Amino acid sequence: MTTTLMQGNEAVVSAALKAGLKFYAGYPITPSTEIAELCSEKLPLVGGKFIQMEDEIASMAAIIGASLTGIKSMTATSGPGFSLKQENIGFAAMAEVPCVIIDVQRTGPSTGMPTSPGQGDVMQSRWGTHGDHPIIVISPSSVKETYFATVKAFNYAEKYRTPVILLMDEVIGHLREAVDLNEFENLEIINRKTPESKENYLPFENIKDGTAPLAPFGKGFRFHVTGLSHNEKGYPTNNTEVTEKLMQRLLDKIENNKDDICISEEVNTDGGDVLIVSFGSSARASKSAMEILKTENIKVGLFRPITIWPFPEKKLKEIYKSFKKIFVVEMNAGQLFYEIDRIVKGNIPVLKINKFNGEYFTPEFIAQKIKESL
Amino acid sequence: MASQLIEKYFRTDTLPNIWCPGCSNGIVTSAIVRAIDNLKLDQNKVCIVSGIGCSSRASGYLDFDTLHTTHGRALAFATGIKLANPELTVIVITGDGDNASIGGNHFIHACRRNIDITAIMYNNSIYGMTGGQYSPTTPRFDKATTAPYGNIDRYFNICGLAEAAGATYVARGTAYHTPQLIKLFENAISHKGFSFVEAVSICPTYYGRKNKKGSPANMLKWQRDHAVNIKQIDKLSQEDLKDKFIIGEFVNKDEPEFTEEYQKMIENLRTVLK
Repeated sequence: MTTTLMQGNEAVVSAALKAGLKFYAGYPITPSTEIAELCSEKLPLVGGKFIQMEDEIASMAAIIGASLTGIKSMTATSGPGFSLKQENIGFAAMAEVPCVIIDVQRTGPSTGMPTSPGQGDVMQSRWGTHGDHPIIVISPSSVKETYFATVKAFNYAEKYRTPVILLMDEVIGHLREAVDLNEFENLEIINRKTPESKENYLPFENIKDGTAPLAPFGKGFRFHVTGLSHNEKGYPTNNTEVTEKLMQRLLDKIENNKDDICISEEVNTDGGDVLIVSFGSSARASKSAMEILKTENIKVGLFRPITIWPFPEKKLKEIYKSFKKIFVVEMNAGQLFYEIDRIVKGNIPVLKINKFNGEYFTPEFIAQKIKESL
Repeated sequence: MASQLIEKYFRTDTLPNIWCPGCSNGIVTSAIVRAIDNLKLDQNKVCIVSGIGCSSRASGYLDFDTLHTTHGRALAFATGIKLANPELTVIVITGDGDNASIGGNHFIHACRRNIDITAIMYNNSIYGMTGGQYSPTTPRFDKATTAPYGNIDRYFNICGLAEAAGATYVARGTAYHTPQLIKLFENAISHKGFSFVEAVSICPTYYGRKNKKGSPANMLKWQRDHAVNIKQIDKLSQEDLKDKFIIGEFVNKDEPEFTEEYQKMIENLRTVLK
């Protein structure tokens, strides 16, 4: 019997261990806490390390430090803690240190409603840290997908030497679903490239659309890592040409690999009256709303970005024109909406269906909103 | 000797450094390197982590694995490195603003945790990199660019804080008393557990100029004339100690070290689960 009941937060930990997680640093926060609790239990059993740090800033710092010793590291949090992590997420992006950040979103802003779901961190996950920077954000819709997405998050982090954010929400984090463990066997696990030779090692080499191998600390490479603008050796610089090259490469390594990174799901997208764009737990209610609308002869399709950032723009462009209207369904006042609106450029109307009161969507609510506007 | 140390331990292609003429950061950084050399540590197994500020720029000049982090967070990054790979000797270079102000919370918890990291705080009593604002260690009534009428904030005794927070090695030295400073660094790095050394430094450009402290040499002489070794304080009266500050070792004790305790837990689990 390989089918088991698994919680979303639990799936994160199981998948992270599968991907090779060896270090977790975190600070307690609802509704992500099960991830820390499980890591504290499981990591020592595989010779890994768990530490409860003094705050979320320190947790983010600690996983970057740990990653630089050559191991896979992760932290988990929710809105208020995610805000605190932003400073060092920017550091990881600039210094190209692989790491995974889980944000189990709750209702915000500020302390908001700690035990209620929200999706208000969509823009924070993209732009939360200052300055232009690369980022990858994945938002799963089920427990099974949380498992796959977590492994993907580690793979992307290692492959692209970048922080990757797994954007969960309270519903997915606390949801329990039956999963078939057999499906989690034989997943591709990517490990970072390490340099072959110490001679002329350039930890920040200007490789087109890519990243240099990353040496672990303690192996004699003796290189410098800084959040300052730096040259290929890692030395700080105020040189504008060097900075431009660095920045361009950091942005290009994600932008020019979107075909490799972007994942989405399309349901009934061969045309119709309405295209719903939704993600995370909201997409589940949206799928049920589709069934309701189908019985009333309204033809509805669903586009579900699984990578929120970079947004699977190409795919949406391929399908949206065969619909009359788009509804962006999300548990916030309208954030991913702006990205859809930007892509569609007024070719068809883009409307919003939102909830930001801590209440999860019902399919009836979404179906009703769509009917009202037709 | 000096040039050999520079060749061995500095990234000569990063020099000259950015520090002002007369700054004592070079003296303190050189003392760290001499301590490492005296201890004959494997250069490939030493990791230097720093925060933000003048002193924290030292990491970039040193030929080890070096990590120049965010403001105040060096100890938190260092904690990740040390716990992930306890075989590394992890030394944190920080300043009074970096460690005593923005990094205060990380500092007290690193002390409490007694993780085997050495933190060296260059204390020049000012925010130098940003142009001379008062720090938690600017003496009362002294001037700074954000204290044009004199600083009304109280002075923060960081060695006292370290001791109270549970650091198992605490010491203070000065840029003037260099041989002692090197020895304190050696003791701190050799110590098993969290060690903290405050290196009283000078900033002639901002602190010195704002407070009419004279030349860099005069500022170092002030250290000579106002520092009292802890071994001598019993012989001195309260009157003698007025206007003086104490240097030497304040704390040196054995307590369970964090990464060793963690390793023990892993080993115990292995035994139990066998």
